[in-house]
Amino acid sequence: MTDISTSGAAAPRPAKSILSGGREMARRNAAETRFKLYGMLAISVSLGVLAVMLWTIFSDGISAFKQAKLTFPVTLSSEVLDPAGNGLREEMTKVTTIGYGRLLSAAFKAELAAKGISTEGVSDKELADLISKDAPGVLRSEVLANPALLDTTELRSVLASGRIDGYLKGRVTRQTAERDGQISPAMLDLADRLMDAGILGTGFNSRFLTSPDASDQRPEAAGLGVAILGSAYMMLLVLVICVPLGVAASIYLEEFAPKNRWTDLVEVNISNLAAVPSIVFGILGLAVFINFAKFPQSSPLVGALVLSLMTLPTIIIATRASIRAVPPSIRDAALGVGASKMQTVFHHVLPLAAPGILTGTILGLASALGETAPLLLIGMVAFVDNYPAPPVEGFFDPATALPVQVYSWASRSDPAFIERSSGAIIVLLVFLVIMNVTAIILRRKFERRW
Amino acid sequence: MAGAFGPPPFPFCRKLPLMTVLLLLSVILVIAGAGFFLGRGRALSRVSGNVRALHSLPGYYGWHAAIMTAMPALGILLVWLIAQPIVLERQVLPYLPADIVADSTERTLAMADVRRVAAGLDMAVSTGAMTEDEAGMIRTELTDVRSRLASVGVALGSDVKRETLQAAQAYRKSFGAAVLWRGIVVLAVALAGLALALRLTEPDFRARNRGEAVMLGVLITASSIAILTTVGIIWSMLSESLNFFSQYPASEFFFGLTWSPNFRGGSDLGFIPLLWGTMYISLVAMIVAVPLGLFTAIYLAEYASPRARAWIKPVIEIIAGIPTVVFGLFALVTVGPFLRDWFAEPFGFGNSGSSVMTAGLVIGILNIPFISSLADDIINSVPQSLRDGSYGLGATKSETVRQVILPAALPGIVGAVLLAASRAIGETMIVTMGAGAAAKLSLNPFDAMTTMTVKIVGQLTGDTDFNSPETLVAFALGITLFVITLGLNVFALWIVRKYREQYE
Repeated sequence: MTDISTSGAAAPRPAKSILSGGREMARRNAAETRFKLYGMLAISVSLGVLAVMLWTIFSDGISAFKQAKLTFPVTLSSEVLDPAGNGLREEMTKVTTIGYGRLLSAAFKAELAAKGISTEGVSDKELADLISKDAPGVLRSEVLANPALLDTTELRSVLASGRIDGYLKGRVTRQTAERDGQISPAMLDLADRLMDAGILGTGFNSRFLTSPDASDQRPEAAGLGVAILGSAYMMLLVLVICVPLGVAASIYLEEFAPKNRWTDLVEVNISNLAAVPSIVFGILGLAVFINFAKFPQSSPLVGALVLSLMTLPTIIIATRASIRAVPPSIRDAALGVGASKMQTVFHHVLPLAAPGILTGTILGLASALGETAPLLLIGMVAFVDNYPAPPVEGFFDPATALPVQVYSWASRSDPAFIERSSGAIIVLLVFLVIMNVTAIILRRKFERRW
Repeated sequence: MAGAFGPPPFPFCRKLPLMTVLLLLSVILVIAGAGFFLGRGRALSRVSGNVRALHSLPGYYGWHAAIMTAMPALGILLVWLIAQPIVLERQVLPYLPADIVADSTERTLAMADVRRVAAGLDMAVSTGAMTEDEAGMIRTELTDVRSRLASVGVALGSDVKRETLQAAQAYRKSFGAAVLWRGIVVLAVALAGLALALRLTEPDFRARNRGEAVMLGVLITASSIAILTTVGIIWSMLSESLNFFSQYPASEFFFGLTWSPNFRGGSDLGFIPLLWGTMYISLVAMIVAVPLGLFTAIYLAEYASPRARAWIKPVIEIIAGIPTVVFGLFALVTVGPFLRDWFAEPFGFGNSGSSVMTAGLVIGILNIPFISSLADDIINSVPQSLRDGSYGLGATKSETVRQVILPAALPGIVGAVLLAASRAIGETMIVTMGAGAAAKLSLNPFDAMTTMTVKIVGQLTGDTDFNSPETLVAFALGITLFVITLGLNVFALWIVRKYREQYE
C-alpha cells in the first residue's frame, strides 16, 4: 500500500483525478450525493409518516382516558325509588331508569339553584340533557345492589353528556353547537359556569377500560371491557391451540420427517398459508366453524380457532428455526449415550430450543392480537354489551375483540367515537409493545451462540 | 347479526351438554392420571423394584397405561359427539309430517324448532317450573305451551305445533338416553383400556417403543394440520362458489361491468369493477412502496453506518408490527380528509375523503418495511467481491449499486415486489376504512372505489340470507382472491428460484 502511494506521489499528477476531476467527475459526484439523498429521503418519509400516524392517534386518543363528570349531591328518596316502601328488591326493579333519570335531573337542578347558578336560556329538558343518558342506569344498578343507600344523600359523580365532554376536550365549539340538535351555545355557557363552580370537571376515566360498549347515543359511556376480555380469551385459546400443534409439527418436520412427497407438500403448504390474505381465513372460519360445525357466532372460541390457523405457520417457521439452531453435536451426544430419537428431541433439543420457541410464539400472538379482518366475518363486530361468562363457558359467549372495537367505533357517525377508537388503539398498542418488549428481552437474555 | 346463518342450536341448550362433556373429559383425564401411577406401580412391582429388569424406564409403563386409557375413550367420545345429532334427528323425524321431512330446508327449520322447544322444556325443568313428568306429558291440546315456556323466560317465535311438541319430547327422551349411554360407553372403554394396559405390563413389554410410536403419530397428525387448513379453505370456498355459480352465471360474474347487489333479487354482480378497484389501489400502493422501500434498503445496506443501521432498521420494522386497523383509522381520519382538502377539492377531482389515493398511499406505507427488509436481505447476499471489483474499476458507490448490485439482486427484488403486491391485493382493513364502498370503473384516483376484500366483508356481515347469490358471491370473490394471491406468491418464488445467481 505505502510504496504504491509514494510512487504515485512521485509521478506527475494526472490531468484528471477522481478528487479534482473536471465536469464529468463533478456530475458523477453530484449523482452520488443525490442517490444518497434519495435513500435518506425514503427513510425520513417512512419514519415521518410513522411519527405523524402515532402522533395523530395519540393526540386524538389520549383524551378518551379523561371524562367530563358532574358532581352534585343526590338524595336517593325512597318515595320515588321504592314506591312500595318495603325495600324489597323485586318491588324496586319496577322503577325504570326513567325514574332514576328524573331523580338525577331534579337533584341537579336543585344544586344549581342552591349554588345560585343562573340557567338562563337553558330549558329544563336541556338541563337534564347535560347528564349522560347512561347515568340513571348506573345509579339504578348501584341502588338495586345495595338498597341500604335509600334515603341517603351523597355527593355523586355522574358522567356528563358526550357533547359536554366534547366541549371540555375542544371537539365541540359554539359554532358546531349552533348546528347541533343535542347541544346549544347557551348550554355551553352554562357548562362554563358549572366549571367555575366546581360542579363540572374532568377525571380519569377508568370506565373506558372496564365497561362494555354503549349505543350510538352514549359515546361517553362506551368502554373496552368486553373487547379486552374477548381478546384475552382468544389469546389464551390461541396459545393453548397453537403452541402444542406448532411445536409438534415443527419437531416432526425438523427431526423425523423423511424426504418424500408428503413432507414436501406440507412444507409448500406452510409457506403458502403464511402468505394467504387474512380475510380468507375468515371465510374459512365462517364456512367451517360456524356454518358446518355450528359453533356459536361471535364467540371467542371461533375467533381463536381462526386466529390459530393463521398464526400456526408463523409459529412453525419460528420454532423450526430455533430447533435447527441447536447444534447436531447435542443430538449425537444424546444418541451416543443410548437415548432414543424421541428422548433426544424431548429431553435435549426441545429445552435448548425453548427460548427461541417462546420468542416466536409471543411475536405470533402479537400479530394475532392485532388481526381484524377475519374476525369481522365470524360476527365479532356485533354489538355486545354483556360480559362473557368466566371460562370455559365464556368461550362460547358472544364477545368482541380490541381491533374489532376500533373498527366498529370508527364506523359510527358521532365524532366522539373517533376519540374512543383512537383510545382503543392506544390500549391495543400498549399490549403489543409489552409483548414485543418481552420477546426482545427474552431473546437477549437467553440467546445462545453455539 | 344473529340468525344470519340458520338457527344455531347453541343459544338455548348448549350449557348443559357442554358441562356434561367437560365433566366426562375430566373424568377420563383423572382415570388416565390414575392409570399412569397404576401402570408405573405395576411395572415396578412385577420386578419387585429392580428397574434394570424392565425393558423400559418405569415411567414409560405409566405413560403406556395413561395413553391406553385416554386415547380410545377420547376417540369414541369424538365420534359420538359428531354422530349424536345425526342419529337423534333420525329418531325424531317420524314425528314430523312427511312433506316437511322431504324438503331439506324445511326439515332444517323444523329440527331447529324441535331443538328450541326441547331446550325450553329443559329450562323449565331446571328452573323448577315443570316437573320432569309434566314436561314429558304436556299436550298442545291441553296447555298453551308457548305461554307456559314464556313464563320461565323462554321466548318462542310462534305457537308450538302438536307434532313439534311430540318430536321435542321424543328428542329430550333420546337426548337424555344418549348422554347417559355416552357416559357409560366412554367410561367403560377407558376402564377396559386401562385393564388391558395393566395386563400387558410385563417386565419385557416394550412400553417405550409403544409410547414413542403413539407420539410419532401425534407429531405427524400435527404436521398435517397445514394441509387440512388448505383443504378446508379450498373446500369451503369451492363448494359455496359452485353453489353461487349454479344461481348466477359465471360469465356474467367474471365479465360483468356493473356491481349492484340487491337483496330483493335482480342483482348485477359483475366482478370487473371490483378487480379494477383492487388493481388500481394496489398499483398506487406499489408506486409508493417500491421506491421508498428500495431506497430504504439500499441506504441501510450500502450507506448507513452500523450504528445508524442498528437503530433505523428496527424502527422501520415497527411499521410492520402495527395492526392494519390502525392504518385504517389513519386513512379514515387523517389521510383521507387531508387529500380531499388539499388535492381533490382544489384541483376539482371530487370531494370524497375515501379514495383510491387514500387507501393506496396508506397500503404503500404499510408495505415499505416488507419490501425494505426483503430487499435488504437480498442486497446483503450479493457478494462483497462484486462491489470490490466495481470500486476497483473506479465506479462510485451509487454507480456500483445501480449497475452491479441491483442487476445481481434483481430477481430477488422482483420476487419481493410481487410478494408485496400480493399483500396489497389481500389487504382488507385499510381499504374497508379508506377506499369507499362504491364499485366504479373510473380513472380518477380521487374517486371512492372498492375492492374484492371490501365486498367480501360487506356481503358477509349484516343480516344476510345464506342461500342468496348476494351472500354467496363473497365466496366466489374469496376464491378468486385466493387464486390471485397464491398465483403471485408461487410466481414470485419461481422467479427467485429460476433467476437466482449462484455465487460461491
